[in-house]
Formats: sequence, structure tokens, C-alpha cells
Amino acid sequence: MATEQPSGSAPAKAALWRRPVFRSTVFQVLLVLGVLGTGYYLFTNTLHNLEQRGISTGFDFLSVEAGFGIVQTLIPYDETYTFGRTFLVGLINTLLVSGLGIALATVIGFGMGVARLSSNWLVARVATVYIETFRNIPLLLQIMFWYFAVLQPLPRPKQSLELGGTVFLNNRGLYLPSPVFEPGFQWVAMAFVVAVIAVIFMARWAHRRREQTGQQFHTVYYSLGILLGLPLLVFLVAGSPLAWDYPALKGFNFRGGMTVIPELAALLLALSIYTGAFIAEAVRSGILAVSHGQTEAAFALGIRPSVTLRLVIIPQAMRVIIPQLTSQYLNLTKNSSLATAVGYPDLVAVFAGTTLNQTGQAVEVIAMTMGVYLTISLTISMFMNWYNNKKQLVER
Amino acid sequence: MSLHKEPHPDLPPPMTSVGVIGWLRKNLFSSAPNTVLTLIVAYLIYISAVPLVQWALIDADWVGDSRDACTGGGACWVFVSVRFDQFMYGFYPESEYWRVNLAFGLLVALMVPLFLERFQRKGWLSAFILFIYPFIAYTLFYGGSLGLKEVETSLWGGLMLTLVLSGVGIVASLPIGIVLALGRRSSMPIVKAASVVFIEFWRGVPLITVLFMASVMLPLFLPEGTHFDKLLRAMIGIVLFQSAYMAEVVRGGLQAIPKGQYEAANALGLSYWKTMGLIILPQALKLVIPGIVNTFIALFKDTTLVLIIGLFDLLAMIQTAFTDPKWLGFSIEGYVFAALVFWVFCFGMSRYSQSLERKLHTGHAR
Repeated sequence: MATEQPSGSAPAKAALWRRPVFRSTVFQVLLVLGVLGTGYYLFTNTLHNLEQRGISTGFDFLSVEAGFGIVQTLIPYDETYTFGRTFLVGLINTLLVSGLGIALATVIGFGMGVARLSSNWLVARVATVYIETFRNIPLLLQIMFWYFAVLQPLPRPKQSLELGGTVFLNNRGLYLPSPVFEPGFQWVAMAFVVAVIAVIFMARWAHRRREQTGQQFHTVYYSLGILLGLPLLVFLVAGSPLAWDYPALKGFNFRGGMTVIPELAALLLALSIYTGAFIAEAVRSGILAVSHGQTEAAFALGIRPSVTLRLVIIPQAMRVIIPQLTSQYLNLTKNSSLATAVGYPDLVAVFAGTTLNQTGQAVEVIAMTMGVYLTISLTISMFMNWYNNKKQLVER
Repeated sequence: MSLHKEPHPDLPPPMTSVGVIGWLRKNLFSSAPNTVLTLIVAYLIYISAVPLVQWALIDADWVGDSRDACTGGGACWVFVSVRFDQFMYGFYPESEYWRVNLAFGLLVALMVPLFLERFQRKGWLSAFILFIYPFIAYTLFYGGSLGLKEVETSLWGGLMLTLVLSGVGIVASLPIGIVLALGRRSSMPIVKAASVVFIEFWRGVPLITVLFMASVMLPLFLPEGTHFDKLLRAMIGIVLFQSAYMAEVVRGGLQAIPKGQYEAANALGLSYWKTMGLIILPQALKLVIPGIVNTFIALFKDTTLVLIIGLFDLLAMIQTAFTDPKWLGFSIEGYVFAALVFWVFCFGMSRYSQSLERKLHTGHAR
């Protein structure tokens, strides 16, 4: 009895070019060669072209005196500083408008997202109209609308709109009183830091106690009390070491106080309203993604609606919302580059605009600008992956 | 013996829970805070909507040919109607408008059968629109052959340019995006790495820097003396940028196809390209049509950025019109008109994409 299969001759080996390993190796080698070849071709062309046009290469220009002014600088800057400094000024301005925009857009987005799901018909309609209107109009158009059609036609400084003699609005910007810290204020700041640490410990303690005994503790109220109370107490004890610098009309313009230039205001309005509409949609989809059974189960257990929202709905909705939210934050940061259309001195306007025109070193300038945005994007994506992995583990 | 054999007929529901009153009670005045909220919102709508309607419709002036016609105190739509042709066609010669109209008319006529349920050869028609139609449109727009007068691309503008840029962006980025998406899911490490780097690079930078790069650096990259049209440079930038986003959309579709489909194709002995071309891509692309429409909407809005590098799309034409000394001070009308045009396109497309999503929800998504 032959249990062995007649082996015969081994199956003929496939021809070399039909084997997957061979194919993929050849294909990848060709790809590498192609990429390197194209890169080399572009590189030599660029070098040749730069030489022909007499444009210098390298990053030496960063230490050359810039010789132009910038409307808004958060760090000391004037014409005598270098191009390297203009890069920094632009970067900080970009971060400023992105940070403020993200904060505002989040508030608007969460408000409108929840409002769209409101049981109040009128409120839900208003939120829907807001979302569908602003999502479908190009951002650049909105920025220009706020800047050219709303803020520029405002009255001149002499006829400013004012609020109680402390806040002024005119076509040069929004003027606010600015705080002046007097000696002794550092104690207040320190008290605030102590309060933050105390709140963190208290929240941990409350969480542990709830896990062990099930007793609730009103962390939010106590936290607010500590966060506000402790610095306030120190502030009063230290003799109110804070004064306000009010803006005042001197000659043709306002002096003193804080100025929000109209470019920043227009950009901020447009960015936060536009992105807010997208965030609202993310919030809505996140809340709708939590099955209604969760709410019903919580109610059946006798949990109050507000607690249900806080402990059952929101934690689960956040899992859907946060990834979309981060990608909207990223979009907002990238979109802040549209600042250049209204002349807000962000990274693209100051560096990829003015600096590029003055030095002509397009390759270096554009590479640095793109590098900044890439770094921001990749950092945020890394955070996203970390967050997703963490949430996946929690899921059952 | 029971006296009540017949059950009582149902009593009608109370007046306060049905009809208009019931609806109002349920949706607007269900509780005290809700009532307060309703009243506040209603007041806010009243104080903002009434002046708006007054300005935009009642006090507005519609007919005329100079700013003297605007006497109503409201919006001066005459500004828009006088410049309407420029907003639509840019600086395209007036005698040649018919070519633009014909090209877009043809596109609409070709697209109509795609929306008809009964039409059978949708695949062929789509292929015709994607691969043949662009050449017809180019011939009509640019001319220079078939006895058509040549029209430089620097004269193209207005809504026409916006549509051309977004159309080219979507049509050219689709094949590149498919290749990149396949590359990103490839088992070959170098191909995968190259695709990931390409996609993440373009997705990580703002479009405006890409456009700057295309307009400033492209001439440096190419051999000396290569002349490059400004419009073409912008298009290259847009296509590179858009193909990265398209790749991610297509990848979503590829991932939604159950693994069994790949395995079944392998079991049948199909080669990689046959597996993709016959089994996977037809299903995946059908799934991602809504996603493609959404990227198209984003691209359509993003084309406005070309005004920063000096092309005259719809928004740039309107912006230019403000500087006309005869028509100073009508920026609000101009922006509102532009916003309306963009809104109609984007809202229409997003509604279409939503209805498609519902229609295509055939059980693949999991």
C-alpha cells in the first residue's frame, strides 16, 4: 500500500521574473533610482539657476540685518534686527493667532454643536443655519469680508466707538486696558501655582475615594474655590499689587493699553467662526455616536440627567470627538497662513513673503516655512496616534 | 351580565398636546428655561434678520448701469449686475464667451445621464468625462486650433477659472491618489515608505506655501529657459497637494473592503493588478464617492487662495472691482455675492454627497 503520493518531479520553478520577491526587489530598486535621479536632476538645475541669477545659497542670510518693520511683535524687534529674528517674530505671531483661534473655535464649536441637538426647535435651527452657512463659504472670503468690509470702514481714532472710556474700537484696532504688575505680584502668581497643585491632589483623592466608597465629591466647586480664592487672598494681603494702563487719545492715535490690530481681529474672527462650524459638526457626530441605550440605561439606574451627561455621554463622545477636534486644530493652524491676504504678520507673510522678496533665497525660506508647519503637523499626528492607542486599550 | 360590552371610544387627545399648540409646547416652551431661551433667541433673530432683509431686499436697488441708480439706501446690486460678466469670465474676450458656455454646457449635458437610474453605461461615460472631455475643454478654452482664436491663460478668470482649477485639481489628483493609496498599503517597504512620506509631507503644509513654492521655486527646479505658465504652475501645486488628500480618501475605501475579497481574489489566482482593478478598486471607489465629493468641496473653496499668487479667480475679480474709482464702497455687496455663489455650489454638493452616502450604504461599511 503506497501511502506516499507519487512525488514525481518537483513542480517547475517559476521563471525568475515571475517570482514575487524578485519582482518587488526590482520594482523598489527602480523606484529608488527614479527618486534619486529626479532629485539629482532638480538639484543640479536649481544650483545652476541660482548661480545664473546670482542668488547666494546657505543660511547666512539669517544673520543679516532685516531693515523692515513689523506691525505686531511680541518680542523686541525693530529694523536693525536680523532675518533670523523676523523668522522668530513671524512664528510667534502664527502661534498667537492659532492659539487664540483654537480657544475661540472650541468654545463656539462646542456651544453650537450642543445647540444643534437641543430640544428647543428654534435654538437647533439657528445652530444649523450657522453651521451650514459658514462651513460652505471659503475661509479667505470670510477673512477678507471681516477685514475689508467690516473693520476698515470703522470710524477714525477721533470718532472711536467706546465702552465706558476704557475700551475703544476704531479702524486702527481695538484698544484695551493692559495690566501693570507691581512688585509683590509674584506672590499672587505663586499662590496660583500652589492652588493648581492643590487642585490636582484633591482631584486624585476624590477620584480614589469615589472608586473605593462610591461617595461623590463636588470637585468642580471646590477646585474653582481654591483656584480663585487662594490667589485672591494673597492679592489682598499683598496690597493689590496690580494697576491698569488705560489707552488714551494722544494726537492722532491711541497710546497706552493693549492694542488688537484689525488684521489680527479679522483673522481671528474668520478662523474661529469657520473652524467653529466644523468643530460643531464633530461634536454633534460624537454625541450622536453614543447609543441612546446608554442614556436610557443611566436613567433606569436613577442617575440624574446632568450627571448622565457628565459621566456617561461625554466620556464616550470624546472618543469620537477628539480625533476630529485635533485635525480641526491642525487645519486652523495651517489656515492661519492666510493671514498674508490681509497683512497680518504671521510666518508666511513676514518670512515667506517679505524676507523672501528681500533676500531672493526662495529655496531656504520656503523650506524653513514648510519645515515649521510640518513639525507642528507631525507632532499633532503623533499625539493623535498615542491618544488613539490609549483609547483602544480602554475599549472593551 | 355586563352592561358595558362595547369599549368606550378613545377620547381625543387634549388640545394642548396635538396640532400647532402641541408642537409649540413640545419644541419651544417645554419648560421655564426653555421658554426664556426661545424668547431670547427669537428677539436676537428679530433684531438681526429684519435689518438684513431690509438692506438686502426691500431697500435694495436692482436695475441701472451706474452708481447713481443706487438711491434706496440698501444694498446696491447694480454693482454686481454691471460687473457680472467679469465675475463669471474674468478678462476672457467677450466675443468668445460662447466657448466657455459651450464647454460647461457640454459638461452638464454629459453629467446628466450619470444621475439617471436607468442609464446603463455609466462607466464608459465617466471614463469619457475623465479622460476625453478635458482635452475638448482645453481646446475650447485655449483655442489656437480648429480656427478658434487663441486666448492666453492670463485672460482666464472669474468663476470660470475657479471651476477650471478645481476641475483639473480633482481629475488629475484622482489617479495619482489611487496609486499613492495602493502604495501606502503595499507590502513593499520602500514603496510604502515613499508613499507615506509623500502623503504626509503634502498634508502637513498649508496650501498657500505650496502655491508659493509652485510659483517661486518651480522655475528654479527646471532647466534654464523653460517657460512656465503661471496658471500651470498653480495647477501643479494644487494637484500635488490634492493628490495627497485624495490618497487618504481612497485608502479609507480600500480599508473598508473586507479581507475576504482580497483572499478570494488571491485564491482565484488573480495577479495583483487584476485583483485591484477587477475586484477591490471598483468596490472601494464606489464607497469613497462621497469622500471624493467632500474633497472636491474643500478644493473648490481652497482655489480662492490663488489670488495670493496673482491669478484672477472669482474672489480676486471681485476684489479687483472694489478698486474701480467709479464703484468705491460696495465691498459688502461684492463679498455677499461671492459668498452666495460659493455657498450654492458647496451646499449643493454637500447635500448630494450626503444623499449618496445614504444610497451607497450597502452593508460594506463596518
